Amino acid sequence: MKLLTCPVNGPRPLQEFHFGGEWREMPDPDKASAPEWAHYVFHRSGEPAIKREWWYHISSGTWFIAERDNVTDEFVRTYLYGSELSS
Amino acid sequence: MSRRLPPRPGEWIDREHAVAFRFEHSNYEGYHGDVLTSALWAHDVRMVGRSFKYHRPRGVYSLANHDINAMVEDCCGPRTNLRGDVLPIEEHLDVRAVNTFGGLHVDWLRITEWFSSFLPVGFYYKAFHTPRWLFPFYESQMRQVAGLGQIDPKATGAASPKDYAWCDLLIVGTGPAGLSAALAAAEHGVRVTLVEDQRRPGASWGWQWGGDPRAGQEMGRALARLAEFDHVEIRCATQAAGWYADHWVALVDDRRLTKLRASAMVVASGCIEQPAVFHNNDVPGCMLGSAAQRLMHLYAVKPFDRCVVLAANADAYRVAVDLYDAGVDVSAVADLRSEGESTPMARQLADRGVPVYCGYTVYEAVSGNGGSRVTGAVLSPLDGQNAPSKADLKRIDCDGIAVSVGWSPAGGLLYQAGVRFGYASRVEQFVPQSLPASVFAAGRVNGVFDLADQVADGRRAGLAAARFLGRYNGTVPDTPVHRGAAPSHPYPIYGHKKKKNFVDLDEDLHLADFVNAHQEGYDNVELMKRYTTVGMGPSQGKLSNMNAVRILAGLNGRKIDETGTTTSRPYYHPVPLSHLAGRRFHPQRCTAMHDWHVREHAVFMHAGTWLRPEYYKVPGRGRNETILNEALNVRRNVGLIDVGTLGKIYVGGPDAAAFLDRIYTGRFHSHRVGRLRYGLALDETGVIIEDGVIGRLAEDRFYVTATSSGGASFFRELQRWGLIWGMKVVLMNATGHLSAMNIAGPRAREVLEKLTTIDLDAGAFPYVGVREGVVADAPATIMRVGFVGELGFEVHVPASYGRHVWTRMMEAGSEFAIHPFGVEAQRLLRLEKGHLIISQDTDALTNPYEANVEWAIGKNKPFFVGQRSLAVQRGKPLTRRLAGFAFKSAYHGPLPDECHLVIAGDEITGRVTSIAKRSTLGYALGLAYLRPDMACPGTTIRIRVDGGQMVEAEVRPLPFYDPQNQRQN
Repeated sequence: MKLLTCPVNGPRPLQEFHFGGEWREMPDPDKASAPEWAHYVFHRSGEPAIKREWWYHISSGTWFIAERDNVTDEFVRTYLYGSELSS
Repeated sequence: MSRRLPPRPGEWIDREHAVAFRFEHSNYEGYHGDVLTSALWAHDVRMVGRSFKYHRPRGVYSLANHDINAMVEDCCGPRTNLRGDVLPIEEHLDVRAVNTFGGLHVDWLRITEWFSSFLPVGFYYKAFHTPRWLFPFYESQMRQVAGLGQIDPKATGAASPKDYAWCDLLIVGTGPAGLSAALAAAEHGVRVTLVEDQRRPGASWGWQWGGDPRAGQEMGRALARLAEFDHVEIRCATQAAGWYADHWVALVDDRRLTKLRASAMVVASGCIEQPAVFHNNDVPGCMLGSAAQRLMHLYAVKPFDRCVVLAANADAYRVAVDLYDAGVDVSAVADLRSEGESTPMARQLADRGVPVYCGYTVYEAVSGNGGSRVTGAVLSPLDGQNAPSKADLKRIDCDGIAVSVGWSPAGGLLYQAGVRFGYASRVEQFVPQSLPASVFAAGRVNGVFDLADQVADGRRAGLAAARFLGRYNGTVPDTPVHRGAAPSHPYPIYGHKKKKNFVDLDEDLHLADFVNAHQEGYDNVELMKRYTTVGMGPSQGKLSNMNAVRILAGLNGRKIDETGTTTSRPYYHPVPLSHLAGRRFHPQRCTAMHDWHVREHAVFMHAGTWLRPEYYKVPGRGRNETILNEALNVRRNVGLIDVGTLGKIYVGGPDAAAFLDRIYTGRFHSHRVGRLRYGLALDETGVIIEDGVIGRLAEDRFYVTATSSGGASFFRELQRWGLIWGMKVVLMNATGHLSAMNIAGPRAREVLEKLTTIDLDAGAFPYVGVREGVVADAPATIMRVGFVGELGFEVHVPASYGRHVWTRMMEAGSEFAIHPFGVEAQRLLRLEKGHLIISQDTDALTNPYEANVEWAIGKNKPFFVGQRSLAVQRGKPLTRRLAGFAFKSAYHGPLPDECHLVIAGDEITGRVTSIAKRSTLGYALGLAYLRPDMACPGTTIRIRVDGGQMVEAEVRPLPFYDPQNQRQN
């Protein structure tokens, strides 16, 4: 069982969390072309990288961003949305 | 107890405490502290089991549970496949060998060995699949003879407890390296848990160096020093059997599974002694040198009377000296190496006058008494290519052959933890090459063999771990480098024409099986494993994988490193399934009215985690009739349903309306206070994910209801969008905080009027109105809804009032023939009104156009989630459309179930999503997705029901019931 560090509640077992998918920036829906929009909505990249992902601590209702190396499956760091990432 | 030696320091048995036990229906006696195999060998019982395939007699081999020769089951008890090497003897123990037919000595299946030359590896794959019609026969016959142990199908499950533990540093193994690592770390305040699979700590420090009294004293000092630390725990008779992410390690003992979480790990698990491959190397009396040492030093049992030692390292010479000192006549040491041994151990052996044959192997073991004991050894000189020359064979009479030719690291846990191994020729074994920052290896598993070096390497690993944990910032010494000859022979494998030179004792695989597999093209280590099944038996290749890799490398003419090893996965060692089986912890949520439902004979169903009344049982009435009656009572009088499972969310703040405008397809900023609106929510691809009713309680305060099953995940999404958009909204999930009930039917107003001062008159409180006030003394939110198609009020009150308000409603309604109704009646009533249920009448691809809810999409809105995707979909022709269908009242044939297919010709043109086999309208009706051209009312559709029969129904306009919506107003 992996551990994940909630920025509010500290390290907790993974079963206390819900995975919210990769963080992606929404293109302007009025200006994006159909292919651009389709790419945003449907395409997910599995390329080896440090991924920014949404995670949710279920017990406390906290959404945050976790940076995860998808090659080693290690969480690099976690932080609240808005502290670094925002739209 | 003929083979018992005089008392010796460090022995594990308690001679004051004799224990009687039974094996194969005979009585024996041993000492407290004995395991089954040691106690049997002490009685000169040589045959302790039969092999899997050829049913050959087998004896003590590793005495470390690395083989399965002694695998037994209770004669009258539920336990099976117990391992004799680790099974403590106790009063009333009564066991027999598994895998025999007619007992250990009769076992008529030993005839399989006569046919062994017709049973090469892969034989089963090739022979037993044609002709196909005979396969059931083959299968039933195979099941009779294959497998080990019998399980009692009538045995009831015994709950196996699960435990949790934490430490800073987990140390696996309590030999010289493990104990030294523990001391070094503990001295710096590290909280240490040590795990040892044997019943006492010390491991090789006790048995391998048992002939040296100084080693025993050093071990005693280390253990005494460790005992002074409160923060050091030693768990014996425990396997560290599986490693999972972030050092979550499964500790297995005979009673339970302990889930241990550590911050770092030192693996000092030592090595597993490896067999040599020669003819009859499995006959009882052939055993590993380490097994002979364990017999002598731990259990004070004399392994043999007269023996030959097959040697290829210094350890073998120590074995020979120990045997000699225990009174065994060591007739010869055959050393595979032409140069022999050069360490002081050779001198010690020479002092005892034991002849050493350098450059010799045991070519075969001679067996007697039906193959059940060794009666001699045939030695052959080896030629320059390490092959027996057979020119100058020497036969030596003996009753045992001790084999000490090499080691393989017990590295399963390290492999699982992501350590990469490489082959080191200086020790002729795999050693860890690159380790994750929090994982350390020490001692023999790390390629360090000298006793002083092991202690130093353990100390190094302990300090390194302490430094990793931030408790130490001094220097960490280097790993000692092995000096002198390699402890393992590179190829202790010798062919023989009689083909009983076993590589894998679990699966009875001999050398020729590997040669055959290689000839058939299985020349890769993973392929060879699967084809020969090497290492796939209960001991998981502990004694066979290394030799298999050596053989394959030899056959391919490649290096060991190029050949590689198979993947090591948890569990390292077989674990009883009861240890792994979880208890059935299903979270259940009950509403505040649950006890009332139980008292009124509700039949419950699961809705997500909620328990909901499906219907209320009436004596003497069937399920379907009861449900129909509940529904009819709503249509004719009044009914009450518990809807406390709905998702209930408060949305407040200055941006509340703007936020809901972005979440839902409809408009909320212009919505009037005191009114409800249907809300439809999509995901970003335009797929329907939620619907519900939203009431505006004030300019900046909304009350949102969501579906019972989707409420939690919808709330999560609301939170996320609130964050992303950075809006000034407050979200509160009140699902558990509030109770809710829906009173519906023509008499609903009359019932509710008795309990509230709120004006319920149609003019003052119209359809889709929402009011806050008091109902039966409880603060309440009341919503006029029409989900079931009748006049109805949803009353939401704090959960602490739920039961009270519900009871008052039932009392107030008694004069109007009120009756509770369950989920099934509600499903029927809404179906008659054509209302869809998200995730029943929609799926993961349903857009609003297909589901006939495009009326809920606001025009000219600047943005809502899914809007952009809908714009794309709107331009495309529909591929399906949700439509109502019905059967004629007079129809009495079979009816479809949900998910039955609509078929036209040979094409699937639709799918039933909801069905009511009986309705208040007197005919069966339902919803189905249909090809758009078939969705016009009046079209006849054909549905395939269970059994393949086709039935005809007619597409009808929706809703089926009260198309003018007069009833709900």
